Amino acid sequence: MLSNEERMEIEEELKAVPFKRAASIDALKVVQRHRGWVDDQGLKDVASMLEMPPSELDGVATFYNLIFRRPVGSHVILVCNTISCWMMGCEDLLKRLTERLGVPLGSTSADGGFTLLPVPCLGACDQSPVMMVDGKLYGNLTPEKVDEVLKENGWKG
Amino acid sequence: MAKILIHGKEYEVADGQNLLQACLTLGFDIPYFCWHPAMHSAGACRQCAVKVFRDENDTRGRIIMSCVTPVAEGMRVSIDDAEAKAFRENVVEWLMSNHPHDCPVCDEGGECHLQDMTQMTGHVYRRFRFKKRTYRNQYLGPLINHEMNRCIQCYRCVRFYKGYAGGNDLDAFASRNRVYFGRSEDGALESPFSGNLVEVCPTGVFTDKTFRAHFTRKWDLQTAPSVCVHCGVGCNTIPGERYGELRRIRNRYNGEVNGYFLCDRGRFGYEFVNSPMRLKKAVIKNGEGGQAVSKEEALKLIARMIGMGGKVMAIGSPRASVETNFALRELSGAEDFYSGFSRQEAALVSLVVEVMANGPASSPSLKEVRGADAVLVLGEDATNTAPVLALALRQAAKNGPLKAAMQLGIPYWDDMAIKTATQGKKGPFYSAAPYATALDDVSVKTFYGPPEEIARFGMAIARELNGSLPQVEGLDDETASLAREAAAALLAAERPLVVSGTGSGSEAVIQAAANIAWALCGVNRQAFLSLVMPECSTLGAALIDSRGLDKAAEAAASGGFDTLVVAENDIFMRMEREDAKDFLDSFSNVIVIDHIITDTVKAAHVALPGAAFAESTGTLVSFEGRAQRFFQVYAPEDERQAAWRWLNDMTDAAGVKRLRWEILDDVTAAAASAISALGKLTQAAPSAAFRIAGQKIARQTHRRSGRTAVRAEEIYEPKPPDDMDAPFTFSMEGFQGQPPSPLVPRFWSPGWNSVQSITKYQESVGGPMRSGDPGVRLIEPKVVAAPFFRAAPIPFKARKYGWLLVPMHRIFGSEELSLLSAPLAGLTARPFVGLSKEDAERLEAEEGEEIIVRSGGKELSLPATIVRGLVQGVAALPHLPGISIVTLPAWGVLARAKRKAA
Amino acid sequence: MEGLSERPLTAMMKADKSAVTLSEYEKAGGYQALRKALKTGPVELQRIVKESNLRGRGGAGFNTGMKWSFVPMNAEGPRYLVANADEMEPGTFKDRMLLEGNPHQLIEGMIISAFAIGASQAYIFLRWEYTLSEERVAKALKEAYAKGYLGREILSSGFGLDIRLHVSAGRYICGEETALLNALEGRRAVPRAKPPFPQVSGLWGRPTVVNNVETLSNVPHIIANGAEWYRKLSRSEDGGTKLYGVSGRVRRPGLWELPMGTTIGEIFEEHAGGMREGMNLRCLIPGGASTEFLTDEHFGVKMDFDSVMQAGSRMGTGTMIAVDDRTCPIGVLRNLEQFFSQESCGWCTPCREGLPWVEKTLGAIEEGRARPGDLEVLEMHGASLWIGRTYCALAPGAMEPLRSGLKLFRGEFERHIKEKGCPYRH
Ligand SMILES: Cc1cc2nc3c(=O)[nH]c(=O)nc-3n(C[C@H](O)[C@H](O)[C@H](O)COP(=O)(O)O)c2cc1C
Ligand code: SF4
Ligand code: FES
Repeated sequence: MLSNEERMEIEEELKAVPFKRAASIDALKVVQRHRGWVDDQGLKDVASMLEMPPSELDGVATFYNLIFRRPVGSHVILVCNTISCWMMGCEDLLKRLTERLGVPLGSTSADGGFTLLPVPCLGACDQSPVMMVDGKLYGNLTPEKVDEVLKENGWKG
Repeated sequence: MAKILIHGKEYEVADGQNLLQACLTLGFDIPYFCWHPAMHSAGACRQCAVKVFRDENDTRGRIIMSCVTPVAEGMRVSIDDAEAKAFRENVVEWLMSNHPHDCPVCDEGGECHLQDMTQMTGHVYRRFRFKKRTYRNQYLGPLINHEMNRCIQCYRCVRFYKGYAGGNDLDAFASRNRVYFGRSEDGALESPFSGNLVEVCPTGVFTDKTFRAHFTRKWDLQTAPSVCVHCGVGCNTIPGERYGELRRIRNRYNGEVNGYFLCDRGRFGYEFVNSPMRLKKAVIKNGEGGQAVSKEEALKLIARMIGMGGKVMAIGSPRASVETNFALRELSGAEDFYSGFSRQEAALVSLVVEVMANGPASSPSLKEVRGADAVLVLGEDATNTAPVLALALRQAAKNGPLKAAMQLGIPYWDDMAIKTATQGKKGPFYSAAPYATALDDVSVKTFYGPPEEIARFGMAIARELNGSLPQVEGLDDETASLAREAAAALLAAERPLVVSGTGSGSEAVIQAAANIAWALCGVNRQAFLSLVMPECSTLGAALIDSRGLDKAAEAAASGGFDTLVVAENDIFMRMEREDAKDFLDSFSNVIVIDHIITDTVKAAHVALPGAAFAESTGTLVSFEGRAQRFFQVYAPEDERQAAWRWLNDMTDAAGVKRLRWEILDDVTAAAASAISALGKLTQAAPSAAFRIAGQKIARQTHRRSGRTAVRAEEIYEPKPPDDMDAPFTFSMEGFQGQPPSPLVPRFWSPGWNSVQSITKYQESVGGPMRSGDPGVRLIEPKVVAAPFFRAAPIPFKARKYGWLLVPMHRIFGSEELSLLSAPLAGLTARPFVGLSKEDAERLEAEEGEEIIVRSGGKELSLPATIVRGLVQGVAALPHLPGISIVTLPAWGVLARAKRKAA
Repeated sequence: MEGLSERPLTAMMKADKSAVTLSEYEKAGGYQALRKALKTGPVELQRIVKESNLRGRGGAGFNTGMKWSFVPMNAEGPRYLVANADEMEPGTFKDRMLLEGNPHQLIEGMIISAFAIGASQAYIFLRWEYTLSEERVAKALKEAYAKGYLGREILSSGFGLDIRLHVSAGRYICGEETALLNALEGRRAVPRAKPPFPQVSGLWGRPTVVNNVETLSNVPHIIANGAEWYRKLSRSEDGGTKLYGVSGRVRRPGLWELPMGTTIGEIFEEHAGGMREGMNLRCLIPGGASTEFLTDEHFGVKMDFDSVMQAGSRMGTGTMIAVDDRTCPIGVLRNLEQFFSQESCGWCTPCREGLPWVEKTLGAIEEGRARPGDLEVLEMHGASLWIGRTYCALAPGAMEPLRSGLKLFRGEFERHIKEKGCPYRH
């Protein structure tokens, strides 16, 4: 069941589109904003609001890498691993992050605190290497600065 | 026509098509995957690359995808160009990089388009050395097996399932090289056309699960051309047999009928032939039970029954061949032969025959249905009564938007561009039905109401088209304006189509449909009128005799008959039980010929084992009016034989010698000359005497394992039986090439082992079969119009204490034979009573709660199901076993069953 | 305002990197071009923009006015304009600056452009990760509505426009204009068949123009100052200024608005300050990841669409990636191909199956697991994943660095193969 807020926010998205399906990505993002990810039931409920077959909506959901069809932690860290950041040392950042969180890239720390994901070029190559935590960009990073960012986001290690 | 140059040689090709179609039509081999002759071009697989050159000075040329390149005057093409060839080889190499190479254990092996195309491109050595991608497979229900690792991502499955067949539970998921085709979660595929995935998929991702249970390689199947017996559409099929067992059904292309596709009832219903409900031996009644006897014994007994010269009545069947019905008629004399319709069916089909035979509207082939540019469906739930007609209607629904897209210069075959431009728009397509049907999603608007209201709605449309027709009194504004809208849409079309039929159980609905089509004809439109009839030869039977069993019972009651002979008809399904018993009791001898054990068979004094469709040859007449021959696929081991042949043997044994036929052609010819409506019957297919270079056509492939195998000396096979009725042999000896279209036993061409070899049998790709599409139309429209039907029914009024019970057909369950097919058992609907939401509330019944239904002295207890579209005061009863009310619509009373004490 | 006539796109922008507010924008002459445009009429606007020689800044460099002129202006029904703000080409960070720094400039450009093609609905297709842009553009849109620059009736002209901000959900392919339209329709972002081009059958099957953020941001200035002024800003045939960027191990990675046609050497040495201490430039990728490598031999080449093309590469987005001599060039290729392979939409065979193969082969070579034939496999892909052979331009774009890398780094490839490992790894 969608919560009232979810339902209302999706209604709002629906008002802005000429065809219901056009709101599919926005509607999925509503659920993701509330739940962190899009669970199967959430997907079905959104599909019925959009009058779309669940399979079709899932086809859309699974296409985009920033719609999460699996649970994520309280914070999502997106580390740019594309060319400029790679040349500027994103592997060192990743090494530090995986050590600190104790899980490999693509997973969620055991305490459910952080999910660590790679992301293609964040469009901030002048500040490489960069990463993003819950939508906030951090540039010119070093392994030391990574620790600070983690702490800023409630990491207790 | 355009002139193009291929390898420097000039060819004429039809304008407007793409280069791939053109080259395939000319007989060139170009490999392809995502292109499909019915779904056209997607441009995804990049397999169909060829090179084109600007002019004679251009030596470098340019690689293009032939499936998305329109032919153009003067185009210079090279298929053999080294660079193009190398690229095509690359494409296969890419597809093979992740393919599991499990051909030896793959059901598709030996008829796999991917194998064929791999061979064709010459790719042999796989350089990809990394780990292959793997997927988890899904459970997709009892019909289709899923093996995703074999997928080559051609997108054909979704393009068929969603785009062509309107399904919505199969899709593409994820992206990059993780693209996945399946359902959002495990579960049976919901589309009644899911079986086509087996043929649409170019490799072994979607395979036939029923076939899997008794698998045989394609080359070991014995096959012959056949016609589906599970509804009145008359789809052409290729059944395959081995060791006396029917193994599968494949589509047989007929451009005028089913084209490339079948429905799941037709594809998977075949297992009734293998079911324990088969009658395989003659049985004579002794006391309460029956005793199996030999053919001779049975005939001896029958000889005594009919040899004394007593009066014989014969009952035929809408599911029997024309020849069987005609043979019965000859046995009893025309006066005492009945086709075996119920009272209601008799009234409906007589009306249909009258409309078809005397009206100016043409009964369309399915090709014409697919080409219609405005459609009105009046009261017929085609998805459940004539599924492949519904599939054709889905295509017609796209024609309006397609026309608009083509005005933007988009060719009809550019599927992706058409989809973008049309945005899934439909129409003009209107429908009227008692409840929401699967075609609602392609309808611009749907009118809901009981049959009489549908008829009134239809009459109002007709009146819009022809002012001389009477005004329909008492229509509400909404209905009147919808009638105007639909009338205007039909009028604006070049090829308008009206679809109706016997499914609603209402003569008035059929009359209204006829009026509309005829009114359109009156304003110089070539209007089509398609009237659905339920069984594989309802029309064939009706053309011989269309009196109902009620009339037969009246005649029997007036006395004078000794013996009743019934063929392939369960009269208990068409008469009330008590009436059927009384009817049978009025005869001293009841002889029943059938291939399945029905209640009528159980009541017979002598029951004779008939041949199922795959075990005999005969002619069926589809509701289009097309007579089509089905051919025996294999010779059963025991005494099963065609019913007409039993009748022949019976008169022989009795010495009455009324029937003097040696072979099927004798019966067919006799029927054609005796009944003028069947005059063209003999043209349905070449006769048994037909030979190619002195040879019959081989039912078995030249690669069949067995006698010619390496150690063949150890294999002993008996001499194959002779087939007197058909120009086919039961062996690999005989003609292996391309026979005339009605005699094509399988699709195969060198290098084309899969069903895609169909293109080699067509005059032009997607066009008619060489030598014309099979079958002959028996009824053509009259130029001089029949008089309109002038009476509109009185308006429906919901009753305070009564409900109008309307019939509801189900694709799985409403048809007698497919009901016996084990794989479909799980999909067969359970009996229920359908209610509108309002009525459920009125009855204070929740979904699933038991409702007592009383009608015509019967009482049933059925779970309630909310059915969308039903109007208040109307309830739906599915046509399913366990629902014994024979005649619907009928009035009845509903009440909630007492709730069990908590 | 100072510099506005030399650096129209960025002169207004503030040192503290906060967004130019509506009043600041207006004060500097903002929305005056709109007033002028509304009096000018669509066909004339199309002509001016065509003559200005503004070429699409999304990478392909198609003449913008020409693109607009393909829109059937008398067809009934809606038309659409879309600002492509999906910027995801590796090494590219120019649209971000325009979105964050001066959203009104984009909005004004969109209103004028929409008017020029008769569109009454426009979209900004923004990538999800540009959260700051989202905030600022949303705010600017609100302001523009409040001021009557957007809405049913703009400045009493009878022309109305609604602009909606659509925030995407990832995937590089969304930047490809037809895939973008599918994404906007709520579908899987698979590219569409061309022809018909979006100008004829685009969003919802209707005529649609998709333009890059930088392209659209230029429009107000062209209308305000005329086509000739705009052409003269440039040092080459293509009109206007260009946002050039440099990333990698250079002294001053950054972004500068310079006359179109500024040479590669000038951008690299004068603005980016050359390589960091102790490093040399091995090569550079001139305009985002999907362009061929150039070297210091090409410092004299003007950065404009035609000149870079003549030099054997493409200007693309105009943001260069400098590759230093301590970075393994095979690693660079592997990283790029990994990106492309992961971002393939999965529609056509060569891209979906070919790119992962390329990526894996490069990985094997880099890690010392090369086998004979590997280079042939790479060559084969370079030749086969080419324009016209794939469904869209992603895969050919992916092959541009590979094709040139195979030539340029031949020695490095051989060394990796011979030494069974990467000499740059320690
Ligand atoms: C794979 C791929 C990705 C693209 N990504 C972008 C992008 O992020 N932003 C952009 O403006 N154009 C991108 N383009 C180019 C667009 O397809 C389109 O040409 C451009 O938005 C047109 O705008 P312009 O004419 O103003 O350059 C991409 C093209 C391809 C093939
Ligand atoms: S080249 Fe093909 S698979 Fe790759 S992104 Fe384009 S359409 Fe998709
Ligand atoms: S058949 Fe032409 S691209 Fe697939």
